[in-house]
Amino acid sequence: MIRVVLPAHLKTLINDRRELKLEVKGDVTQRSVVDALETRFPVLLGTIRDPVTQKRRSFVRFFACEEDLSHESPDAPLPEAVVSGQEVFFIVGAMAGG
Amino acid sequence: MSGVRVLVGTKKGAFVLTSDGQRKNWTVNGPFFEGWEMYHLKGSPVDPNRIYASQSTGWFGQLMQRSDDGGVTWAPVGNQFQYDGVPGTHQWYDGTPHPWEFARVWHLEPSLTDPDTVLAGVEDAALFQTTDGGTSWAELSGLRNTDSGSSWQPGAGGMCLHTILVSPNDPKRIFIAISSAGVFRTDDGGKTWTPKNKGLHSEGIPDGDAEVGHCVHRIALHPSRPDTLFMQKHWDVMRSDNAGDSWTEISGNLPTDFGFVIDVHAHEPETVYVVPITSDSVHFPPDGKLRVYRSTTGGNEWEPLTKGLPQANCYVDVLRDAMAVDALDSCGVYFGTTGGQVYASSNAGDSWEPIVRDLPAVLSVEVQTLA
Repeated sequence: MIRVVLPAHLKTLINDRRELKLEVKGDVTQRSVVDALETRFPVLLGTIRDPVTQKRRSFVRFFACEEDLSHESPDAPLPEAVVSGQEVFFIVGAMAGG
Repeated sequence: MSGVRVLVGTKKGAFVLTSDGQRKNWTVNGPFFEGWEMYHLKGSPVDPNRIYASQSTGWFGQLMQRSDDGGVTWAPVGNQFQYDGVPGTHQWYDGTPHPWEFARVWHLEPSLTDPDTVLAGVEDAALFQTTDGGTSWAELSGLRNTDSGSSWQPGAGGMCLHTILVSPNDPKRIFIAISSAGVFRTDDGGKTWTPKNKGLHSEGIPDGDAEVGHCVHRIALHPSRPDTLFMQKHWDVMRSDNAGDSWTEISGNLPTDFGFVIDVHAHEPETVYVVPITSDSVHFPPDGKLRVYRSTTGGNEWEPLTKGLPQANCYVDVLRDAMAVDALDSCGVYFGTTGGQVYASSNAGDSWEPIVRDLPAVLSVEVQTLA
């Protein structure tokens, strides 16, 4: 199971503030994790990626294992520690004032 | 028993304020969608329990919400706003071509006859429509593809389509306004559009009398006279008596003719309300006094309405979608401020009371008059 933590705005959308445990079929990548998230919570469609271009939103970041993976290919395998559930895959709203 | 429901969009959530027809005691429900910018909420005229809401942030994009029980519960609907065809470019602030990019929904206008049909005005300026209750949205691209579309340029707040008025006499006649392109009208349900800005004069654009390029902040009409339009422009308050074919200035004795909101009394088509704001660089009321101005003569002669409004040390703004009227016998007038107050008058503006004082900055106010 992949452990995922969402930013506060998206936790509000799904009415669940806890760490999520997701089953991801096939290769575990940014794309397959977000696909699994959107399948389980359709309200998240368009919030992490643009619904048309499928590009990560500019102010969304992907962190894991104390690394910023945001600029990795969406189809690159995520670290083994994420795949095994040892580490959390963080979806983060970039810090900005206000 | 009659009542009213006030739908308030703020920078950090939505609120639903309800009262009976006396409009003395209010119930405040919310925040809904806390932390999200709620640019606009509006109910269907034919099914008041059907309410649509625009929910967005700069981080996580656009969502659309729908309530079928008067704002008690909500469910997300479709949020794909894809420009028709190859969107092309408009002008950027520096005059260079800039690709059309969807940013957010500014304004929702439910159909006067069908609860599943809604028009949505978006940034970058375009008009979308749903006919299935919000599940899917399609662009009415005739507007953006008018001859001038590629020359439109954003104002400071973005290039937003912020006002949609559907003629009560003819649903194929629609007026829209864009900052900063101006007013456009269609007479064929959105297929073709014509700029309707003759008589406007704007400083700060190369040709002050240009056919397009004016920073219109808001237009309003009374349902009984759909060819008479009132406008709060960046500067100047204007009116048209020929469905936008020409405009004349009615700023008259206003202390300043800069502002954002304008609205019309529910039963008196020549009674108009504005909230003067000091200037384009000073977005708070003149002299720190929050005053609504009312004209009962269709403009030019304005009286300040101050009873119950702060007359010292008030430095809030009232944004373009943040004023509305109810249709009760004694017309109610409502407006929200960037300081988080929502003021209500149950006597057409003679006196005011705050319904709430400490919401997040108010972006929009709509009122539903309930049977």
